[in-house]
Amino acid sequence: MEVFFTQLTNGLAVGGIYALIALGYTMVYGVLKLINFAHGDLFTIGAYLGLSLLTSLALTDHVGAAAGIVILAVMVMGLVGVIGILLDRAAYKPLRTSPRLSAVVSALGASIVFSNTVMLVYGPNPRVYPQGILPTQVFEVFGLSVPVMRFVILAASVILMIGLYVFIQRTKIGTAIRAAAIDQDAARLMGINVDRVIMLVFFIGPALGGAAGVMVGLYYGQIKFTMGWIYGLKAFTAAILGGIGNIPGAMVGGLLLGVIESLGAAYISMAWKDAIAFFVLILILIARPTGLLGERVAEKV
Amino acid sequence: MSLLGVENVTKRFGGLLAVDHVSFSVPEGAVFGLIGPNGAGKTTVFNLITGNYELDSGSVSFAGANITGKPTHRIVAMGIARTFQTIRLFSDMSVLENVLAGRHCRMRSGPVSAMLRLKWQRKEEREAIGKALAELRFVGLAAQAENPARNLSYGNQRLLEIARALASDPRLIILDEPAGGMNELETAALVNLIGRIRDRGITVLLIEHDMSLVMKACEQLVVLEYGKKIAEDEPDAVKQDPLVIEAYLGSGDEDF
Amino acid sequence: MKPDADNIRKGAYAAVAVLWILAPLYLDKYWTDVLNNVAIYAALGLSLNIILGYGGMFHMGHAAFFAIGAYTTAIVNTAWGVPVLWLMPFAGIAAGVFAVAVARPIIHLRGDYLLIVTIGMVEIVRIALVNNVFGITGGANGIFGISSPSIFGRQINGVVAPGHYFYLLTVFLGATIILFSLLEHSRFGRALKFTCSDEVAATGSGINAAGYKLAAFVIGAVWAGMTGTLYAAKIGFISPESFSFWESVIMFMIVILGGSGSIPGVLLGAILIIGLPELFQGLQQYRLLIFGIVLVVMMIFRPQGILPPAPRKYPVDKLEKQEVSL
Repeated sequence: MEVFFTQLTNGLAVGGIYALIALGYTMVYGVLKLINFAHGDLFTIGAYLGLSLLTSLALTDHVGAAAGIVILAVMVMGLVGVIGILLDRAAYKPLRTSPRLSAVVSALGASIVFSNTVMLVYGPNPRVYPQGILPTQVFEVFGLSVPVMRFVILAASVILMIGLYVFIQRTKIGTAIRAAAIDQDAARLMGINVDRVIMLVFFIGPALGGAAGVMVGLYYGQIKFTMGWIYGLKAFTAAILGGIGNIPGAMVGGLLLGVIESLGAAYISMAWKDAIAFFVLILILIARPTGLLGERVAEKV
Repeated sequence: MSLLGVENVTKRFGGLLAVDHVSFSVPEGAVFGLIGPNGAGKTTVFNLITGNYELDSGSVSFAGANITGKPTHRIVAMGIARTFQTIRLFSDMSVLENVLAGRHCRMRSGPVSAMLRLKWQRKEEREAIGKALAELRFVGLAAQAENPARNLSYGNQRLLEIARALASDPRLIILDEPAGGMNELETAALVNLIGRIRDRGITVLLIEHDMSLVMKACEQLVVLEYGKKIAEDEPDAVKQDPLVIEAYLGSGDEDF
Repeated sequence: MKPDADNIRKGAYAAVAVLWILAPLYLDKYWTDVLNNVAIYAALGLSLNIILGYGGMFHMGHAAFFAIGAYTTAIVNTAWGVPVLWLMPFAGIAAGVFAVAVARPIIHLRGDYLLIVTIGMVEIVRIALVNNVFGITGGANGIFGISSPSIFGRQINGVVAPGHYFYLLTVFLGATIILFSLLEHSRFGRALKFTCSDEVAATGSGINAAGYKLAAFVIGAVWAGMTGTLYAAKIGFISPESFSFWESVIMFMIVILGGSGSIPGVLLGAILIIGLPELFQGLQQYRLLIFGIVLVVMMIFRPQGILPPAPRKYPVDKLEKQEVSL
């Protein structure tokens, strides 16, 4: 029971991070039908920018841990969001009308550029986040102990996700994003500035990825320039699991993937942890070819 | 003798009963029309015959064999070829290659014989190209053989779909609004083409909105409304049928 | 196209072929080995091209088939001493059988869903190899001591004599090019292209689209498996890291960058993707950064790939005259 609870909470915390990154994939995909393979590296950039700002500004000393982290996260999100927009302008915009796979290769090229830039700036060795900023206390629930950090991470990702959901569902801009995702041409005819929508999506998605980067830095304490690759792959898996293009799907997919992986590592095999996630993905797609919450599209003849 | 038999065919999309216990039979050698107002379920009937959709109930027989639930490509091989209402050509490929697609099911060579470049395989290729060119001449597109299909005019794209269907040597050809997007001249030529297809001994089943074409080309008509068959008769008799007049006037369609 | 443009193209191909065949005469061992890698990836790219280029299936897990071929060769060779070249067909069959088993349930998935499933497949295979599945893969260390191929009793060692191995690979690659261009211009190749272009129209024209997609997967897998034999025998040692997801990405980039569905394109893609990072060696740590930028820029300037497939010419004039009864 103790193992189960530990793994469950850990899985939810990691799943929250996956979900945040997955949202970036799914939002871009929703509007452009493009898999942004450089998204994982934007997450890495977020983690490194967070480290730089944390150590250079010493925010937490001036305004306290909680407020300092929030300000830090907002700054990182803004910066990574801008990088996202620049990425779109440089690597994807010229390929809007090209075959879809050309944009995939351009994305892979961008991913190589990002990860190598991070390596050149910060060096090839793992970097360590400053310790002792965040609470290290342990919660006692029904005699089971859980580090507070897990709840903080989960809560932060849930707050961001709810914020995004409300933004997408309730605001005018959110409606424009949804409209552009359903039919770009029709949206354009209705007077929606689709280019602005794309820009916004390329801001929000990477911003959430950047926030996830900071969370990983704080949660695990160590970051590496190659980490975006595996996190990106997991988050992409989560997005597909939930049904790519579907925002609640990315949230559900991320949390589910985190929990499955965590429980699988504990109860099945640590060595097969990554394989378990993919097995589950394949099984789910065989049963539901467009993911858990994805629309079923029947080909019209 | 009946070539195609449609028995109590039914199809539901969610709550919508698109085709409701429709039965008719197409005699061999006929030009048979399926008409009705928009949304009456005509194209759905076609898709049920060709296996693009699965039937909810009922059965389809062709040349004495039950073809219900058979995969589309097998149905084509058995002798039913079709065109699509929304033109579906392989637009980046040449006109000739599009016709070769229709010839596919009459050829035998596979990957191994192709890699070995066997003699019979080369002969088969040559014959297929010859046949495809002949079909292009038949519909009047031979001069365009090497152009990409997407460069053809709308009317010619419809003709290319017909040539592709004919290349499979069908016993029955199903034409879904063949005159859609054609001008009067092209439509007149199409009536002639349909006659020539029948003269080759191929049975024709068609959906068409252009009533002048239907009246000229078809020998027998089935009328659908809201997924139900409301009439079946010769064109002149159908024209007088009060139910049919009601269906068309009621829907505000003034073609009739 | 003007007829002389066609001749220029043919002339250029011939010149490249001659330069390629004479390469070991003017290149040192290191660069000959680079060309050996280019040849291996060219064969892999051509095999992936059947699935991705003609069939239009988003397959990013091709390294799995390559791995199965290489490991089949390594395991059987080190355990029973069977000569490696004899193992080539078995490596191909093993990869093909695996492809049938895996592809059957997933082949109907749409574009991006298929992409992630194939990524999952290659990762599962790699993890299985690392975890020493069935106790025969040697775990993370891999398998050592795979023998070199021998032809007429003569050993061809890929490490000591890359120039000799070069010709073995060139023969294989040449055969691949000839066989696959015959395949491309056949009923089979056309059926795949029809299916890729519009699956509903293809099925409606009488083509068993699902069957052809599966067949494309199997042929691509068999070829990648056979290429795996030559890879394993080249350096005599294989480990799971040689078959990671990144390897699949490299093969994918070779096809798309070179020109999806175009044999000359894929060959050029292999030269660029494998060769460029080597040429950039002088740039040291900036090497990959520049490589990434080059990838993005090339895609922007040639979105269809550098050498997209040329339209197929049929002997229309010759056949125009002959009367065919309808």
